[in-house]
Amino acid sequence: MSRPMQVSRYWRHFREKYRLIGGKCENGHVFFPYRGVCPVCGSKNVEEYEFSGRGKVLTWTIVRNPPSGFEYYKPYPLALVQLEEGPVVLAQLTDVDPEEIHEGMEVEAVTRKVREFEEDGIILYAYKFRPVLK
Amino acid sequence: MKKAVIIGAGMTPVGEHWKLSLRDLAVEALLKAMDDAGVDKVDSLYVGNMVSGPFVEQENLGALIADWAGLGNIPAVKIEAACASGGAAVQEGVKAVLSGLEDVVAVVGVEKMTDAWPSDATRYLAYAADAEWELFHGASFVALNALIMRHYMKTYGYTEEDLALFAVNAHANGAKNPYAMFKRPIKVETVLKSPYIADPLKLFDASPVCDGAAAVIITTPEKAEELGVPKEKWVEVAGMARAIDTINLANREDLLTLKAAKIAAEKAYKMAGVEPKDIDFFEVHDAFTVMAALSLEALGVAKKGEGAKLAKEGQIAIDADYPIQTMGGLKARGHPVGATGVYQTVEAVLQLRGEAPNQVPDAEVGLTQNIGGTGSNITVSIFRRV
Ligand SMILES: [Zn+2]
Repeated sequence: MSRPMQVSRYWRHFREKYRLIGGKCENGHVFFPYRGVCPVCGSKNVEEYEFSGRGKVLTWTIVRNPPSGFEYYKPYPLALVQLEEGPVVLAQLTDVDPEEIHEGMEVEAVTRKVREFEEDGIILYAYKFRPVLK
Repeated sequence: MKKAVIIGAGMTPVGEHWKLSLRDLAVEALLKAMDDAGVDKVDSLYVGNMVSGPFVEQENLGALIADWAGLGNIPAVKIEAACASGGAAVQEGVKAVLSGLEDVVAVVGVEKMTDAWPSDATRYLAYAADAEWELFHGASFVALNALIMRHYMKTYGYTEEDLALFAVNAHANGAKNPYAMFKRPIKVETVLKSPYIADPLKLFDASPVCDGAAAVIITTPEKAEELGVPKEKWVEVAGMARAIDTINLANREDLLTLKAAKIAAEKAYKMAGVEPKDIDFFEVHDAFTVMAALSLEALGVAKKGEGAKLAKEGQIAIDADYPIQTMGGLKARGHPVGATGVYQTVEAVLQLRGEAPNQVPDAEVGLTQNIGGTGSNITVSIFRRV
């Protein structure tokens, strides 16, 4: 399936996935992930915008039958997190007891391993969210 | 403006067809539909299919199926719009007829899912989500729908029992459909006792992985007459439209509004000159129970937040005001993804001809709604008895 030669496919998005970089248009709309056309107003005058990484759980689930490639991690919590700047982002939750997850839970972004490929494959890292520590 | 009518319909039973391949299923449904219409050739073929590449390593389905069905050197293509591929293929077929470029058009929807391992099937279905920002994080389709389901329950105060009623209704109807995958009624407890696959979504909130094919033959009333197709067989395509929404669920303005369905439905109602109250039955896309609720709201049958209330009040049964899933829906009839929109069309045709196993008395107008992605690509079609 996904072999090492596909490194470039993932590498392209490392900045966004490590630092939560989205966009902000000339009219002040912020969004995640980054794109060249504002999804709200269509403006093409867009700058990169780095999110604080803090937010709240909007809704969540526990993935028990994952897509192939994620079997090793199951079951894992997945959530839609509303960032304090407004946009919503999908990510796994980490360092949390599933019993404690609830809507409105305050979370912060951290960088974690998301997926490991076969022996000769690559390891992917990206943001996950954990309950706020500070 | 020209009109389009469906003059033939055919399908295979939905199930785990270990002995049949994608091409076997498609050819069987297609030939049945042509036989039903009484035609032995068509001007073109549109194939609704979602993910044949990963599932069976076969693309170029237009050539494959037209070739194996013996249709000659006609134009034939695959139409893909995730789980709404079938609905989109029907609409493309109708457009070809309405354009005047093609007189008799065949549409077949097919999907062969059981040749893959379950976790691979889960992965392939998630290709309709956003690969970089959803699947990358381990989101399956079920998981994305579970996120919506929890939010729906929380926002409007519904329980898992409330949503289970959609599955119960679908199974009650599917029990009488010889083409359904699950021909047995279930109780609310059956749903609640089934294991969580992505909390709060349980196995029985979800439609099954399965195989199947369905087909229709579309033409104009003039041509139907010329071909000698008896009028009792005609079903008019009265209205149709489709729309997209953000591919990524996180980017939705409102997680609980199927905006694409709303936009498509408004256009389709207008084209057909009808309102929700004029529709005698609805085939909505209940791939997950919560999607049935959201669909009823987007179609204007229920107010926002009241889709599940309709089920609680018993308004979705065959003999009630808003019958849905008369043939079992995706839940009980089965959901061979790219074929589903064509199955829905075939079911509408049978209802409007008065040939349905769960016949809605005097059905004159029916609506089908086919959802691709988590609401990112939606078709709505309205059919009328001629
Ligand atoms: Zn903007």
